[in-house]
Amino acid sequence: LSHGAGGRAMAQLIDEIFREAFDNPMLDQGNDQAAFDVPAGRMVMSTDGYVISPLFFPGGDIGSLAVHGTINDIAMAGARPLHLAASYIIEEGFPLADLQRIAGSMGCAARDAGVAIVTGDTKVVERGKGDGVFIATTGIGVVPPGLHLSGERARPGDRVIISGYIGDHGVAVMSTRRDLGFETELLSDSAALHGLVAEMARVAGSSLRLLRDPTRGGLATTLNEIAQQSGVGFLIDEGAIPVRAEVAAACELLGLDPLYVANEGKLVAIVAPDAAETLVAAMRAHPLGRDAALIGEATADEQRFVQMTTSFGGGRIADWLMGEQLPRIC
Amino acid sequence: MNTPLRTPFAEPIQTVEIRVRGRVQGVGFRPAIWRIARKIGLDGETFNDGEGVLIRARGAASQIAALIDDIRAAPPPLAEIASIDTRDYHGDVGSGFVIPESSSGATRTEVSPDAAICEACAAEIFDPFVRRFRYPFTNCTHCGPRLSIVRSVPYDRATTSMAPFPLCEACGGEYRDPADRRFHAEATACHVCGPRAKLIRFDGRAFSFEQHSMLDDVDAALSLIQKGEIVAIKALGGYQLACDATNAEAIATLRERKRRDRKPFALMARDLEVVRRYATVGADEAAALTSREAPIVLLVAGGSERLPDQIAPGLATLGFMLPSTPLHLLLLRRMTRPVVMTSGNLSDEPQVIGDAEAAQKLSAIASYALIHNREIANRIDDSVVRRMGGRLRVLRRARGYAPASIALPQGFEKAPEILAYGGELKSSFCLVKDGRAVLSQHQGDLEDALTYDDYRKNLALYRELFDHRPTALAADLHPDYLSSKLARMAATGDGLPLIEIQHHHAHATACLAENGRPLDAAPVLAIVLDGLGYGADGAIWGGEFLLADYRGFERIGTFKPVAMPGAAQAAREPWRNLYAHLMAEMGWPAFAMNFAELDVFAALSAKPLATVQAMLKSAFNSPQASSCGRLFDAAAASVGLCFDRQAYEGEAAARFEAIVSSKTMAEEGEELAYPLSIPNLKSSGLPYIEPLGMWNALLGDLILKTPAPVIAARFHKGLARAIAAMALKLARRGDAEGRPPRFDTIALSGGCFQNKVLFEKVLGRLQALDFEVLTHSRTPANDGGVALGQAAIAAAHLIDAGADRRKAS
Ligand SMILES: [Fe+3]
Ligand SMILES: [Mg+2]
Ligand SMILES: [Zn+2]
Ligand SMILES: [Zn+2]
Repeated sequence: LSHGAGGRAMAQLIDEIFREAFDNPMLDQGNDQAAFDVPAGRMVMSTDGYVISPLFFPGGDIGSLAVHGTINDIAMAGARPLHLAASYIIEEGFPLADLQRIAGSMGCAARDAGVAIVTGDTKVVERGKGDGVFIATTGIGVVPPGLHLSGERARPGDRVIISGYIGDHGVAVMSTRRDLGFETELLSDSAALHGLVAEMARVAGSSLRLLRDPTRGGLATTLNEIAQQSGVGFLIDEGAIPVRAEVAAACELLGLDPLYVANEGKLVAIVAPDAAETLVAAMRAHPLGRDAALIGEATADEQRFVQMTTSFGGGRIADWLMGEQLPRIC
Repeated sequence: MNTPLRTPFAEPIQTVEIRVRGRVQGVGFRPAIWRIARKIGLDGETFNDGEGVLIRARGAASQIAALIDDIRAAPPPLAEIASIDTRDYHGDVGSGFVIPESSSGATRTEVSPDAAICEACAAEIFDPFVRRFRYPFTNCTHCGPRLSIVRSVPYDRATTSMAPFPLCEACGGEYRDPADRRFHAEATACHVCGPRAKLIRFDGRAFSFEQHSMLDDVDAALSLIQKGEIVAIKALGGYQLACDATNAEAIATLRERKRRDRKPFALMARDLEVVRRYATVGADEAAALTSREAPIVLLVAGGSERLPDQIAPGLATLGFMLPSTPLHLLLLRRMTRPVVMTSGNLSDEPQVIGDAEAAQKLSAIASYALIHNREIANRIDDSVVRRMGGRLRVLRRARGYAPASIALPQGFEKAPEILAYGGELKSSFCLVKDGRAVLSQHQGDLEDALTYDDYRKNLALYRELFDHRPTALAADLHPDYLSSKLARMAATGDGLPLIEIQHHHAHATACLAENGRPLDAAPVLAIVLDGLGYGADGAIWGGEFLLADYRGFERIGTFKPVAMPGAAQAAREPWRNLYAHLMAEMGWPAFAMNFAELDVFAALSAKPLATVQAMLKSAFNSPQASSCGRLFDAAAASVGLCFDRQAYEGEAAARFEAIVSSKTMAEEGEELAYPLSIPNLKSSGLPYIEPLGMWNALLGDLILKTPAPVIAARFHKGLARAIAAMALKLARRGDAEGRPPRFDTIALSGGCFQNKVLFEKVLGRLQALDFEVLTHSRTPANDGGVALGQAAIAAAHLIDAGADRRKAS
C-alpha cells in the first residue's frame, strides 16, 4: 500500500476490497452514511478499537475479532445487534493480500452473525505511524422489552456462570507470537455471543442480572469490575472454573494466571440464585455454552473483593492488577 | 537494702505526686508500689489513670527517694517504665498507704505481650497441696495471657475472653488483696471458676481419659501423642498440631495431611535437658528459651541424639521452644522426647483460632483435640529468634514481643500519630504514638483471604487499644500490595494524607529506628538485600546500596539486574533464575560448550528452554530484578538445591546456607572465594555487583567435582567480600580531593540478612573496615520490620512539614 499523492486510486482499491467482502445493499449505495429504520425498544451502541499482534492467530484474526468484539459488547446488554460500522487505519506498505484476508474474515464473521457492516472508512498513514492495521468498529442493537442488564445489578447470593473454558484466546495469541516459540493446538475462542445471549434471556428473563465478556484482564478483572459497580464481593471456586489442561500448562510455563488471561468468545453471567441451574442447562444446550459452569456467587463484602477458594480449601484474594502482573513476592 | 525503715528525726516531711509512664497498668505495678511504700513507711495512695500510674506520697525526702529508687531497681516483671516525674502535691493524703478502688476515669492501658508462666505459678501447678494443682490456666500479674485474650480497652476481665468466668470467692480474695501476687490479675482463675481443658475426638465419638487411667485430659493427650497420634491443641494464640518428634511415621502423616512439603516444623521440649540431647544450646540461647517471651529459638542441630530428617529437611537447624503456658507445661510433664508443635492450619493459611473452624479444618489432620472453653481473641503466632553475629535476632516477631512498643529515636518526640501498613507477604503494621512505635505481631501473607481479614481486624483492635487517631498513613510504593491498596482506600475514606514509601528505604530506616539513630544524624549506607521490592523507578529492586536517612535516600549501588522469566513464577522455580543468570552472563552456546558434562546442564536442558529463552528475548513477563535473593536461588539451584521448585519462600537460600562447610569457611584462604566484580551499569552509571566471575568459578568447581558444601562456602565468602568491597568503594568516593568518606555507618537490612553465614561474614568484614554497623535484633530484618521503617519515614516527613509550616507562619 502506498500513501500520499498516488493515494486516490489506492483508496478506491481499498474501498472495493471491503465492499466486496462485506457485500450488503446499504454499503453498496456508496453514501458516507447508512440510513435505516430503527425498531421500537431500547437501543444500545458500543464502539471498540482493535490493536493486536499478531494480526492472524489460530482461530481468527484482527478482522473477525473486530466484528465479534463489538457484537459482544452489544450483546452483553442483552441486545440483538443490528448494524456495524468499521473504520481502518492502515500503515503504508501493508500487504494488500493481508488486507484482503482481513476484509474477507470480517465479512464472513458479520454474515455468520447475521449483522451487516453498513458503513465504514479507511485511512492510510505513513510508514512507521501505524502497526500494520488498526480497526475500530461501532455497533448498534436493540434490547428486547423486559430485559435490563447492567453492571450494578449483582446482589449478594446471585450466582456466577462462565460460558466455557477460559484463557483460550490469550494463550492462542501468545502461542503464535513467533518470538515466544511454543507450540499448541489451541484456537482462539473468538465468537459472536448474541445467539447464546438471546437463548439465555429467553430462559432466565428478568432473573438475569448482567452479562459481561471477560476480554482483556480476563475473568478476574471482569469480576472485580462488576464487584466495584455493584458494591458486592465474589466468592469463586477455583476448581469449578473450566480451564483446559493445555492452557493451564502454558500459563504455568509463562508465569501467567489463567484468571487474568483474555477471552474473546466467553461471557460471565450473574443470575438470581433460583434461576441459575436452569440457565446453565440451557446454556449447555447451545453450541457456544457447551462447557458453561456455575463457578461461584456474589457476597456481601464492603471491600468488594473477588475471592477464590483454592483446591486446598483456602481463600485467595484475586484483586485487580495494575498493568503487568508485578511479582509481590519479597 | 539501703532503704531506711524509719524517718530520720531531722528531715522535714513533704508531700509529692509521682507520675510513672510506660507499660505500668495490668502488670502488678500498684501492688509493687504499695509493698515498697508500706515497707518504707510512707503515707499515701497509688492508682491508675489516663497517663499511667500516679503515686501520692507523704514522707521524708529520703524516703520518697528510696521509693523511686526501689521502683526503678525492681519493677514488676512485665512492667516497662518510660519515665518517672515528681512534683509537689498540695492536697491531702490520709495516713497509711492505700490503693483506692479505681475511679472509673479514663485509664489507658498499654496492653502487654503474652508472657510465659512465671516460676511461682509453675511451682503451684505441680504442688498437689495447693488449689491450682494441675490447673492449666494458672496465671498471675507477672505472667500469662494478655494480647491473646483482649478484645478492647480498658484492659480488665470484662473486656477479655475471661469475661464469662466470674471469679470464685477464693480467686476474688486474691484479686482484691494488694499483698497477693494476683492483685488485679485480670486473667486469674482456678479449677473452680476458670476455663477447663478437655480432650475430645473430632468425630464426636465419646472419649474418656479414665479408660487410659491417666491423671486428667491434658495428661491423656500426651499419652495419645506418645502412641503416635497427631493431636490438635488449642494453645494461647492459636491452635497447634502436636505429634511425637521422634516418630517418623507420625511426622510423615502430619506433613501429608497438613499439605506442608518441606517447611520446617517447630519443636517443643519439656526442658533444656531434652533440647540439649538434639541441639547445641549456648548461654543466651538458653536465656531466650526460658525468657518470658518464650520464642522458638533456631539452634544448631547436633547432640547425642538425632531427630528424623523430615522435621527440617535439608536444614542444619532445629527450631525449639519450651512450654510457656501451664497447659503445655502439664502436657509435657511426662514427656522425655521432643514433640512437633506446629501451627494448626492447612498449608499457607493462618493458624486456626476458632473451635468450629478447628473442627472443620483440623479434623482432617488430627483425630483428637485438646481444647478448652476460653476463646482465643487474637491470633498470635509463635515468635522465632536466632543467634547471629553474637546477638539474638528476632526473625518473626509475634507472641511475647507484640504489642510492646519501641521508643523512637531522638528527634521523633513530636511525631504525630501515624499508621503504617507494612508489606505484603510477611506483613505487620505499625502505629506511632507519643514518640513510640507499636509494631503489630506478624500477620502473614495478605493475599490469603483469612489473613487479610485478620489483618484488618487487628488494625481496628490496635487502634482501639492504643486510642490511636492517625493524622497520616504510610504504605509501600508497590501498586498491587493489598496493604497499600487498603491504605489508599483508608486515606481517601478518612481524608488523610498517604505517604508512599519505597520498600528498601523502609527496610533501611527500620534498622535505623530500631538502633536509635537520631532523626538528624548523617545519612548511612544502607545495604538492603532481599527478594523483591518495588523500586522508585518502577523496576524491581532487591539488592540495594542506599545512602539513606529518614528523610530520603539515594541509590548509589545495586546488584546486577537480571530478568525473571515468568515473574513470580521465577521466584518459585529457581531453575528459571539460574537459566536467566547464565544467559545474561555467557549465553547458552558458551555454557553448553564449556559445561555440557555437568548435571546442571542436563537438568536445564530438560526444561522448556525454547520458550523461556523467547520470553527473555522479547521481555515477555520477564521483568528485570536487581535481587540478591534471586541470585541465591540461582546459585543454590546450580548445585541441585530446590532446582525445580521451592516448597516455601526462601527455601533454596536456607538450604544453601545449611550446607556451607564450616571447615572451608574457617580454614580456606580468601583466594578461593568466588570473585564478583563491581563495574558500572551502562544505562545509569550505577556501580553494581557483577557475578560473572563467580559463575565461571562455581561452574569450574562443579567440573572438578568440588563438593557442594565447599561451593556454598566459597559463594557466601565471595558475596560477602563483594558487598564489603562495594561499601568501601562507595565510602571512598571523593577521596581524591582528600574529603572524608561519604558515610561512616552502615545499616544492614532485608531478608537475606537472616542468612547467618552471609550476615556474619558481611558484618565481620565491615567492622574490620572500621565502619559502625547497625543491625536488626528486636525487629525482623525481613519484611516483618518494614512497617516500622515506613512509620519512621512518615514521621520524619510530617515533623519537617510541621516545622516548615511554623517557619512560614
Ligand atoms: Fe523486603
Ligand atoms: Mg468494548
Ligand atoms: Zn505467674
Ligand atoms: Zn477461682
